[in-house]
Amino acid sequence: MTAREEVLARIQAALRSNGTGLDGPVPSGYRTRGDVSGLHLLDLLADRLADYRAVVRRATPATQVSEVAAALADRGARRIVVPPGLEIELPASAEVIEDACLSPAELDSFDGVVTRAAVAIAETGTIVLDGSPGQGRRAISLVPDYHLCVVEASQVVHLVPEAVARLARTAGRPLTWISGPSATSDIELERVEGVHGPRTLEVVLVAD
Amino acid sequence: MTTFLGLPTAPPGVGHLRQEAPFPVAARQALGNSQLRANLRKATTTIRAKRAGVVSELPDWEQLRAAGQAIKARTMADLGRYLEQLEAQVTARGGTVHWARDAAEANQIVTRLVREAGAREVVKVKSLATDEIGLNDALAAEGITAHETDLAELIVQLGRDRPSHILVPAIHRNRAEIRDIFTREMPGVDPGLTDEPAALAEAARRYLRRKFLTAAVAVSGANFAVAETGTLCVVESEGNGRMCLTLPRTLITVMGIEKVIPAWTDLGVFLQLLPRSSTGERMNPYTSMWTGVTPGDGPQAFHLVLLDNGRTAVLADPAGRDALHCIRCSACLNVCPVYERTGGHAYGSVYPGPIGAVLSPQLTGIADNASLPFASTLCGACFDACPVKINIPEMLVHLRARHVDEDIRERGKPSAEAVTMAAASWVMADPARYAAAQAASRAGRLLRRRGRISALPPPLAAWTTARDAPVPPRQTFRQWWRTQHRNPPEDTP
Repeated sequence: MTAREEVLARIQAALRSNGTGLDGPVPSGYRTRGDVSGLHLLDLLADRLADYRAVVRRATPATQVSEVAAALADRGARRIVVPPGLEIELPASAEVIEDACLSPAELDSFDGVVTRAAVAIAETGTIVLDGSPGQGRRAISLVPDYHLCVVEASQVVHLVPEAVARLARTAGRPLTWISGPSATSDIELERVEGVHGPRTLEVVLVAD
Repeated sequence: MTTFLGLPTAPPGVGHLRQEAPFPVAARQALGNSQLRANLRKATTTIRAKRAGVVSELPDWEQLRAAGQAIKARTMADLGRYLEQLEAQVTARGGTVHWARDAAEANQIVTRLVREAGAREVVKVKSLATDEIGLNDALAAEGITAHETDLAELIVQLGRDRPSHILVPAIHRNRAEIRDIFTREMPGVDPGLTDEPAALAEAARRYLRRKFLTAAVAVSGANFAVAETGTLCVVESEGNGRMCLTLPRTLITVMGIEKVIPAWTDLGVFLQLLPRSSTGERMNPYTSMWTGVTPGDGPQAFHLVLLDNGRTAVLADPAGRDALHCIRCSACLNVCPVYERTGGHAYGSVYPGPIGAVLSPQLTGIADNASLPFASTLCGACFDACPVKINIPEMLVHLRARHVDEDIRERGKPSAEAVTMAAASWVMADPARYAAAQAASRAGRLLRRRGRISALPPPLAAWTTARDAPVPPRQTFRQWWRTQHRNPPEDTP
C-alpha cells in the first residue's frame, strides 16, 4: 500500500464509524458586499493604509505622472525597476529598467520599484498584486527597498470577500497581498517596520 | 502507542509533540522564572487588547466565526475527497504531491528532495508542521543546514532553544538576551550591536539577505490550501516568507492534511478571521498565494508534502476531531490564565496552550501526553476567543474521561483520578468512614507548605502529581457542630 492509499484509507476508516452527517450550505450571514462607495471608499482605504504606515498620495489622472515623479524625487530614488506593461510615464531624471528576468542580486541594486495593483481592500488597507502586466513577477516588488504602487479608484473594494471574488478570475496566478511595509513584533512585541520586504510602501491613489 | 479506532498516532522518537516532563513538573520550573512571567504577561496583555480592538470593528465577527467553523466541519467530513482534489489541481499546475504517513516519512521525503535539488542548505519559513516533525534535526543528520528566517525562529534556532508561542516563538526572551545570542551566534554580526529591537531586526536583515539571494531550496508550511484551485497560502509579516516562496528555484511545502479548505471563496472568511485573531491586525503585512508552478515567476519546482502524523487518529474521535479545525492563530494562548503564567515550554509540544492541551495528546495518543488535558482551569476563555469556535473546555473534559477509560482498558487498572473518585464515594456513603477519613486528612496539615500540599503519601500521591491539594482545615464542620451543640435541644433529630 502506498502512503497515499494508506492515508486516504485511514481517513475513510476514521469517518466510516463516526460520520458527521454534515451537508447543506455553510452559514453565510457575513458581509460579502460592501456598503461604502465613492469618495468615502477611497478615504477609508487611504486612512487604513496610513494606519499601517504606508505613505499615501492622492492624484487625478491628470496629476498622476507628477505625483509619481514627486514621490520618487522625495524618496531620492534614481534607479527604478518596472514591470513590463506599466504604462506610467516616469521622470526623465530616473534611470528606469524594465524587468527581464533580472537576478535577485541585480534587483537588490535598485533604489525602488513602481507597479500597479490588481485590487485594493479599503477595510483592511491592503493592495493585491496578481502578476498581470504592470505588476510583474513577485521578486521585483520584493527585493528593492522601496515600493511605489499606483492604485486606480476602479480597483478599490470595501471588503475582503469582494476582493477574493474579483481575484477568482485569476486565481491561478501568484498573488501577493500587501498591507503596509514589512514589520516584526518578535522582540518584546515592539513593532519594528521594515525587515525583509520593502521598508517603505508608498501608494498613489488615482481618482477623478 | 495508544490508538483510537486502531488508527496510528504520531510515532515517538521523532519530532516535538511529547512532554519530557509532566505538565505540573515543567510548569513549576517555568513559574520560578520571573523574567519569563513578566515577558508573558506583557505580551499576552498587549495582543489581547489589539485583538479585542480589531474584532470589535467588524459587525459580522460572529457570522464569520460561524462560517469558519462550518467550513472546517464540512472539510473534515469529506477530507479524502478534498485532498484528492487538491492533489489533482496542484499536479495539473506543475507541482508534485507527496504523501507522508508520519513524521519520519515526511522527513525522508524532504531530505531526498533537497538532495535531488543538489543543495546542502535550505531557507525556511516559520512552520509549525516542520517543527512538529523535527525536520531541522533530520536534515542536520544528513548534513543539510536549515536556516530559520522568521526573526523569532532565528532567535530560537541561534539560541539552541525551543519555541514557546505559536505566533511569537521567542516570547520568553528579552532584548538583552537576544542581543547576547546574536553577538555570540550570528556570523559576521557587528560586535557593537545594541539591544534596540530595530537594531536587532536590522542585524537579522543583513545576515539573512545573503541567504535569501543565494538559496536554491526553500521549505515552508501552509496556512491554507484551496482544493478547488490548488492554491497554497502563507500569511506572514516580515517578508521572509515572500523571500523563501519567491527567490529559490525549488520550494517544498509541508502541510498537515487538515489545512485543506474546499473553495476559493472560503479564503474570504479565513483571511478575516486569522489576522485579527492572531496578531490583532486588520490584515497581516504579507500574504502569498501560489498555484503549482508559474513559468518565469518564482520557484520552477514545487513539492507539496501532505502529512498525517496522527491527524487521522484525531479525526476518528467525533468528540475530539474539532481540534483539527485550528488555524493556528494563538488567540487561545493569549487569553489563557494557565498559559500566561507557565509559557509554552511547560506543554512540551510545538502546540502549547489550550489548543495544544487538546491537540497534542490526540496526535500522540493520550498516554504519551497524559497530563496535558488537565493543564487547564476550564474557565472557557479559549472557547470565546477561538475564531473557528473550537469548544476546547468540553474537549478537555472528554479527553480526561478518555484517559481514565483507556487506562483501565490498557493497564487493567484505573488511573489515580478514577481511584480517588471511587474511594471518595465509598467513604462518603458511610458517616463512620467519613469521620475517620476526616480525622486522617487533618494529619495532612503536617505535609503543608505555603498553605498547599504538593505531595500526598501513597495511594493519594498520584492525585497530587497533577495538582496541589488544599490543606485541610484545623477543624471539620462536624467537629465544629459538636462543640457548638454539646447538649442538642430536644427537638433536634
